[in-house]
Amino acid sequence: MSFETLTQEIDCTRETLKWLLTVAWLLPLFGFVVEVFGGYWGDRKCKYASYFAVFCIASGFICSSAAMIVWQDKTEWGERSAASSGHGAVAHAAAEHTEAVGNHEYQMPTSFTGSFYSLGKFGDLEVSLDYYIDSLTLVMFVMVTLIATCIHLFAIGYMRDELTDDYVDHQVHTSDGGHFHRPGRFYRFFSYMSLFSFSMLGLVLAGNIFQVFIFWELVGICSYLLIGFYVERKSASTAANKAFIMNRVGDFGFLIGLMVLWTYFGTFSFVTVDQTGQSDGGLFYMVRGHDGELQVDEEANAVTLHTNSEVPQQIPYYLLVVAGLGIFAGCIGKSAQFPLQTWLPDAMEGPTPVSALVHSATMVAAGVYLAGRFFPMFTPEVLLTIAYVGCITLFLAATIAVVATDIKRVLAYSTISQLGYMMLGIGVFGWGAGLFHLITHAFFKSLMFLASGSVIVGCHHEQEMPKMGGLWRKMPVTAFTMLIGVIAISGLAIPGSQLLFGEILAFSGFHSKDAIVASAMTFVSVNPVHFLLYIVPLVTAGITAFYMFRLWFYTFVGEPRDKEIHDHAQESPWIMILPLIVLSVFAAGVAVGGESGQLFKLLGDSEPIGVAAGTTDAGMIGLNLPGHAAIHQHHASAGVQALLVAFAGAVIAFLFYGARVVDPAEIKRNLGGLHNFLVEKWRFDELYDVMFVRPVHVIAAGCTWFDRTIIDGVLHGTVKIAIWMSGWHRRFDEGIVDGLVNLVGNSTFAFGRSLRVFQTGQLRQYIMFIAVGVLTLFVLLFIAFPK
Amino acid sequence: MEGVGLNDYLLVGAVLFVAGVVCMATKRNAIGVLMGVELVLNGANVNFVAFAHYTSLGLDGQIVSLFVIVLAAAEAAVALAIALNFYNNHLTIDVDKANDLQG
Repeated sequence: MSFETLTQEIDCTRETLKWLLTVAWLLPLFGFVVEVFGGYWGDRKCKYASYFAVFCIASGFICSSAAMIVWQDKTEWGERSAASSGHGAVAHAAAEHTEAVGNHEYQMPTSFTGSFYSLGKFGDLEVSLDYYIDSLTLVMFVMVTLIATCIHLFAIGYMRDELTDDYVDHQVHTSDGGHFHRPGRFYRFFSYMSLFSFSMLGLVLAGNIFQVFIFWELVGICSYLLIGFYVERKSASTAANKAFIMNRVGDFGFLIGLMVLWTYFGTFSFVTVDQTGQSDGGLFYMVRGHDGELQVDEEANAVTLHTNSEVPQQIPYYLLVVAGLGIFAGCIGKSAQFPLQTWLPDAMEGPTPVSALVHSATMVAAGVYLAGRFFPMFTPEVLLTIAYVGCITLFLAATIAVVATDIKRVLAYSTISQLGYMMLGIGVFGWGAGLFHLITHAFFKSLMFLASGSVIVGCHHEQEMPKMGGLWRKMPVTAFTMLIGVIAISGLAIPGSQLLFGEILAFSGFHSKDAIVASAMTFVSVNPVHFLLYIVPLVTAGITAFYMFRLWFYTFVGEPRDKEIHDHAQESPWIMILPLIVLSVFAAGVAVGGESGQLFKLLGDSEPIGVAAGTTDAGMIGLNLPGHAAIHQHHASAGVQALLVAFAGAVIAFLFYGARVVDPAEIKRNLGGLHNFLVEKWRFDELYDVMFVRPVHVIAAGCTWFDRTIIDGVLHGTVKIAIWMSGWHRRFDEGIVDGLVNLVGNSTFAFGRSLRVFQTGQLRQYIMFIAVGVLTLFVLLFIAFPK
Repeated sequence: MEGVGLNDYLLVGAVLFVAGVVCMATKRNAIGVLMGVELVLNGANVNFVAFAHYTSLGLDGQIVSLFVIVLAAAEAAVALAIALNFYNNHLTIDVDKANDLQG
């Protein structure tokens, strides 16, 4: 294939992908506008808003799928990545690409970039709306639109209570003892959901880090609006504020990272490419070049950047670390990682579809997505930080989930824990594993949230698991689909099945968690100091299985603990069941084939250069980063260990809550202190209260005192002096100035009065005056000037 | 007798002037006052013409006199109109009654 044909083909593919994804991205925005205005002026009882929202997002899904098929077709359905980054193969895409062009072989680039619209130019820095399309973008698009479509459908059923002019909120009490009444907000819910979908897709499509930040904030505000959907409830509005403020803390780091990048790189673009798809600029290229190596200048302690200009450009090493940590701080906030994890459980105040879409499957995963997208910028120090943050988070959240009794909160903590796994995966150089888990988790977690939503609706808005039990007879489909999710997240598989079928039979969670554990194990084997990074996730895999099965047994099997709730429980309508079934199919099968399956291969296409090979003695701390070959060696043993631990967790949960061989209440009594500690969420809220809120209160009280006494005192003193001074001023003004003016006036007046006597009105007298006057003048003249 | 000289004319003018002033000062009838005005003006006219004749001023004095006569005619017309109006309002032309502008 000639060079011209190749560039033509690339251009054509780029345009196709760009327009398909742009349509998928902008349709929900259009939906948002239509729903907001249509709903505001329309009837509160009509469902058109939801239908329109479903139409927009479903069309988006179709466009994304089409784009995915185009991509897959052009990349020969993953065959290329298998050839280029297969186990042990160290050839990297760029070099191979050049070779391919030379040999006139057909080869598509791994990413397409370009610009939609330039927002403005500030010196050398251009801020624009760009797009960056690679296989990760496409996978995220399909995942987000598919899950969002399912959740929109589910929400039509879940939010039907709002289809009224007079919605009674039973959780808000008015001062007269009644419940709060308000018009239904069906349309508002769907317009927020559309806005969220738009923002999330924009975040994924973004081609520069500043654009990511814009959409980052947009999903933040959508999250705020949706958590605070029942704004009249104190808990909901507080939770919305908490989520927003916690995210601001992380975004502060994000901004610092942006400033460093701006100062030293002068660009925000991820990568810019030339005609043939060869990268020739942008952040990633400047740091990593074509071979993925950081060029560290040992003497200057700086990293030399790849630029097209003759003048060598450098960034101090520590500032690159600062930039990486700053961007990661944003990810910590958005993905609810330690130490900013406390907002996510509170965010469960929102309606359940919101929890499913925003606070488990997509938005919170945006932090992981960004960590994955920004991976080339992270130095080994930053990666180690990411790994440890993920490690702490996954353990912490899993332990809290063990004692939580609110069904949604258990899922919320499990979300935090799983996000920790993803971060850990990225941190231990298992880039593919982390993002693999992001996708699989999105499916089974949204499935479980929707199933819990179905339970909540079925039990008439009861969320406490101790009041449920034995619900599987009442809602079999919900129970069954939930079980699929539980098995998926626990990472269970059928041991020995690979001998029979050639590959192990397991749901998606097994494959992705297995990949993460294998990465962690390999990482620890080459860096034995960081052994906790393997032990903790392995143990937590067991805890995960335990609390997830606990949730399922608690809710669906055993004797009904609350007779009334059980009697009134019923299966949800088909519009809520259908998304459950669709999602359960994906939760089970999305990762078929594990690391040799389509999904993983597809993600592998976007893998940053150099990950496949791994490096040794990297960074200032001399970290060994394992490559694919090393990870593959540990895969089997890691898989077995993880599976054993998961089975152990599941069996213990069965003994506790299924078979009731052991009484959990007794253990609770024996470990009362620990139990309370966990129920109080490791006392993080109290810790933050002591660390931040109270000091602020003390400082504020001091400021108040200073304000009230010192500043007000000075002000009042000044005012008193001014009043006293003005008293004297008044006396001077009234006495002297006014006196003088009055004197002039009075004397003039008196003089004028005295002249009145001459105005007699007698004509003859006037004549006499004239005559006498003239005579007098003459006499005087003669006297004055005698001859 | 050397004939009539400048001083004689000046004397006549002065007599006319004084007679006019006395007339204005003593008459209570507005018409009488106007007559006094005419006498004063003509006393001045005599002086103008006399000075012009006995000095080297040429015809300047005579021309000024002509102007004065014209102005006196105009003034008399206006004054008579005022007197008529005053009579219409007060049924008298006694200037002592016209003291509305007394201070």
